[in-house]
Amino acid sequence: MSNTVQEKTTLAAQPLAEPLPVHLRINGEDHRLQLRPWVSLLDALREYIGYTGTKKGCDHGQCGACTVLVDGVRINACMTLAVMRDGQEITTIEGLANGDKLHPLQAAFVEHDAFQCGYCTPGQICSAVGLIKEGRAKTRDDIRELMSGNICRCGAYTNIVDAIESVTGGTI
Amino acid sequence: MNPFTYSRPTDVPAAVQDVATHAEAKFIAGGTNLLDLMKENVMKPHHLVDISRLALNKIEENGKGGLRLGALVTNAATAYHPEVEKRYPLLSKAILAGASPQLRNMATDGGNLLQRTRCYYFYDVATPCNKREPGSGCSAIKGYNRIHAILGASEQCIATHPSDMCIALAALNATVLVTSKRGDRSIPFAEFHRLPGDTPQLDNTLEPDEIITAIDLPEKGFAENHTYLKIRDRASYAFALVSVAAALELEGNTIREARIALGGVAHKPWRNEAAEASLAGKPATKENFQQVAGMIISGAKGYEHNQFKIELAKRAIVRALSQAAKLI
Ligand SMILES: Cc1cc2nc3c(=O)[nH]c(=O)nc-3n(C[C@H](O)[C@H](O)[C@H](O)COP(=O)(O)OP(=O)(O)OC[C@H]3O[C@@H](n4cnc5c(N)ncnc54)[C@H](O)[C@@H]3O)c2cc1C
Ligand code: SF4
Ligand code: FES
Ligand code: FES
Repeated sequence: MSNTVQEKTTLAAQPLAEPLPVHLRINGEDHRLQLRPWVSLLDALREYIGYTGTKKGCDHGQCGACTVLVDGVRINACMTLAVMRDGQEITTIEGLANGDKLHPLQAAFVEHDAFQCGYCTPGQICSAVGLIKEGRAKTRDDIRELMSGNICRCGAYTNIVDAIESVTGGTI
Repeated sequence: MNPFTYSRPTDVPAAVQDVATHAEAKFIAGGTNLLDLMKENVMKPHHLVDISRLALNKIEENGKGGLRLGALVTNAATAYHPEVEKRYPLLSKAILAGASPQLRNMATDGGNLLQRTRCYYFYDVATPCNKREPGSGCSAIKGYNRIHAILGASEQCIATHPSDMCIALAALNATVLVTSKRGDRSIPFAEFHRLPGDTPQLDNTLEPDEIITAIDLPEKGFAENHTYLKIRDRASYAFALVSVAAALELEGNTIREARIALGGVAHKPWRNEAAEASLAGKPATKENFQQVAGMIISGAKGYEHNQFKIELAKRAIVRALSQAAKLI
């Protein structure tokens, strides 16, 4: 009972947030948006800009499907607000290929049959780009551990590790 | 998520001012815990103060022989910092045992200390929970309590603190540096988190308008003899059922000092200093480690689904100490 009353006063006291200007540089292009503060980077990409390559799996940081690179660093786009990324450089799966030429990791995923349904794949590939840049995976076991933030519901893990290893040549 | 307003102050005084002047305001750093809880309507701040770009992002010497970790240094940058790896490898290992690379790239050291319990009922706003809604009851005590506490729990709450990093910080006797409009304060790590008692809504002793600025590490890092042992349901990317940060100072085979902090068993990183002191002067043997494990676990109380943690914790302590002493 007291819950309901508290809920009402809370709602009544809610501030009405105005949209804020947000400038994102995505795959080398400038995007100037007006977003309410609660829009996640993932929703901004998918719903406001149309970059639907980045996937929403769990929306809670638990699956890695939404992995993108921000200023070159891999993060979960579902766990950050777009407004917090104002002025930053975002790379999504759409930004990896060079024209018609696939990024080496994209080519390796095709070559090694590293997906089944493909839903986790954009996140896996962006995560692998981040992993290689971090330069800490020296062994196959390292790749497995440092890719553990990307869940594959189809269980394509063996081929995913093969694909990544083929690009790093086993040593990074 | 409920609607909220947003500000991004450019220095610490402006940030503490912002949080004090807005009703129901919260700081946001990495966002990896706060946004998660906001999406579930567990936390409903009316205003977010974005501190992610404040200049609290450095790791420096603290002038007392140890390191000072800025509150906004990411967990990844901390774990891989050459001085942390060299002088406090226990801390590096504990951080790297938690979350995923993507999350550690966002999560900050200050935010890690303040992450909230993973109790399923705390997350489920359809169920009673004294931590989320004081006085509503605890759904876990008679519910599914597999991940819950075996030490220091109360009739009101049996939740555990979920952090790995904090278990190492507890073992290392770190200090939390905070500031607010009232001035600076430093909080010894053992006094930072608290037991639930009859106010389980309070996870720690930080005031709502205080900001963590840094974490100080004392000189002693136990780089020679330490282990972070984490037992979980899968090999990676899962919270601890039980974890142990063990640190030993040895002279030959004789223990000079022992530190043992447990995660996944209580509402705060769990230490028993009397038990630790009992190891001083004794040889590092499995028998002595079994004895100290028995002392630490002696007051443990299990619930329907987490009885297994009592024996698990005991064995984990023995294994962690044996590894730290290089017996195995
Ligand atoms: C899927 C998943 C798995 C995870 N697994 C693990 C794990 O295995 N082990 C583990 O230890 N952790 C794990 N985590 C938790 C993660 O480590 C924390 O979410 C993270 O450390 C929180 O830091 P943050 O900067 O993102 O905090 P935020 O979400 O930004 O903030 C958390 C809280 O701290 C407050 N706050 C933040 N910074 C300050 C400051 N400087 N001063 C005052 N208040 C502040 C905020 O107001 C908020 O209340 C996991 C998280 C997820 C989502
Ligand atoms: S254990 Fe604590 S957090 Fe979980 S339901 Fe009970 S009161 Fe809530
Ligand atoms: S959608 Fe972001 S981690 Fe699952
Ligand atoms: S290919 Fe289907 S989830 Fe990974």
